[in-house]
Amino acid sequence: MQYFYFALILFLLLTLVAGLWRIRRGPTPADRMLAAQLFGTTAAAILLVLAEVSDAPALRDVALVLALLAAITVTAFTRRARISLPPGDDDAR
Amino acid sequence: MLASLSVVLLLAGAAFFLGGSVGMLRFPDVYTRLHALTKADNLGLGLVVLGLMLQAESLAAVGKLFVIWLLLLAASATASQLVASWAQENGFAPWRG
Amino acid sequence: MAWLTGLPLAVDLVLGTTLLWLAWRALSSPDLFQAVALFIAFGVILGLVWARLDTIDIALAEIALGAGVTGALLLAALSQLQPAEVDARAAPSATGANEHQAGQPGQTAETADADEAQHKPAVFRALLAAVMGLLLLAALFGLGLVTWQLWEPSSGLTQQVNTHLPESGVEHPVTAVLLNFRGYDTLLEIAVLLLALIGVWSLATASNLGDTTPEPVLAALSRLLAPLMILVAAYLVWVGAHAPGGAFQAGSVLGAAGVLLRLSGWRLPAGAAGWPLRLVLALGVAVFAFIGIAVIGLGEPLLGYPTAWAKHAILVIELAATLSIGAILASLFIGGRP
Repeated sequence: MQYFYFALILFLLLTLVAGLWRIRRGPTPADRMLAAQLFGTTAAAILLVLAEVSDAPALRDVALVLALLAAITVTAFTRRARISLPPGDDDAR
Repeated sequence: MLASLSVVLLLAGAAFFLGGSVGMLRFPDVYTRLHALTKADNLGLGLVVLGLMLQAESLAAVGKLFVIWLLLLAASATASQLVASWAQENGFAPWRG
Repeated sequence: MAWLTGLPLAVDLVLGTTLLWLAWRALSSPDLFQAVALFIAFGVILGLVWARLDTIDIALAEIALGAGVTGALLLAALSQLQPAEVDARAAPSATGANEHQAGQPGQTAETADADEAQHKPAVFRALLAAVMGLLLLAALFGLGLVTWQLWEPSSGLTQQVNTHLPESGVEHPVTAVLLNFRGYDTLLEIAVLLLALIGVWSLATASNLGDTTPEPVLAALSRLLAPLMILVAAYLVWVGAHAPGGAFQAGSVLGAAGVLLRLSGWRLPAGAAGWPLRLVLALGVAVFAFIGIAVIGLGEPLLGYPTAWAKHAILVIELAATLSIGAILASLFIGGRP
């Protein structure tokens, strides 16, 4: 069972690393923020499985804090001043 | 019995996380990628949490897991809404075929 | 099935490699927004690394700060930089045009000199890069050597901390170290945060991130989450006595509540923005320093609480510190003197 959990963690970690490509590529800032949001969700899942496998219930508190604060960065992003690039230009890149 | 059910749920959750990542990489624009994100949150994390709940040591732990899932649901639903309206206000046209 | 035993190692290797790659990319990315997004991802991975290292207190602090305040702070800074960034983009093309003119046939001695001057730094820079590279390699080699020699797992100070734990007034060793055995560290850290805020208040103007009316979804989210954040902050202070948690983690969550409220258009009432706010900001350092000095009158060393009421002293200090850290972090995000 231990190894199943570690295999699960490794798998989730690899999907998370794959998501990095979207943060690098964009093309729009919104894409990068969405990928970062997915990052947070996957990390919460990893923390929960890790709490189970290493028998450290305190790691659930870490996941709880992560879940509680997950929306703040995206909110800060969308509340920024409007971008000045001409519309549609970024999408084509 | 409970353990094998837990494994099945965890595997199903992992599959949705994979789907979320593939969608994030393959979908053509911001609006469709929102879809990928929410699959990972709603079902991926939901199934993983459900699988872990079956293994949890106490009722309090079950409750905490459930709250974590609810909070991330609220976060990603709001984030999707905000990002979509941001993209629209900045004039990014939705992808058409 | 021997390969199965390699799974934990594989997890650690992926985490470590990703962390280094993210650090490098966040530093070297020419696109500032991308750098910020990579830095946010970096914080998440770093939190996972701390979790794997069984330092849950730090994982908690990293996640709370990284997810709650740092990302928002960097984005706020970025939106203040935006005009400057546009200038910076325009500048290289302008100098490029000048260089192009200098390469025209009607070249004067003056521009030839300028060419020469531009040529020299290139050689100089390459030399400098080589020297720096060698130095870094040497340092890396030295570090590796030292790590190799220290490879024998040493017990460090764990034994000492555990022996004295009963005198500290708390059951969680990390809290005992932070608030009792090495209290001055924590006191100075809070003082540094306060100094940073004084710096920001002296230089920056308030960000306009939350000035427009929020969308209904955002208003609903902050009504749901802000009270929960305050609750979780209180929980983290309480749990810090016997498990991972404590003033910095709780303060970060409290600060995040302030950031979220500000983003949804909330402002500190005018009556509270004057001395009440300053009182809360200074409370942590003031209470900590007062108790730390007052114990001298009881024949104890500086910051050494008598065992009998160490628990209460730590609780009062932690509560004051949590309030202050939360207020300072939120004020750092808002920027500019209210």
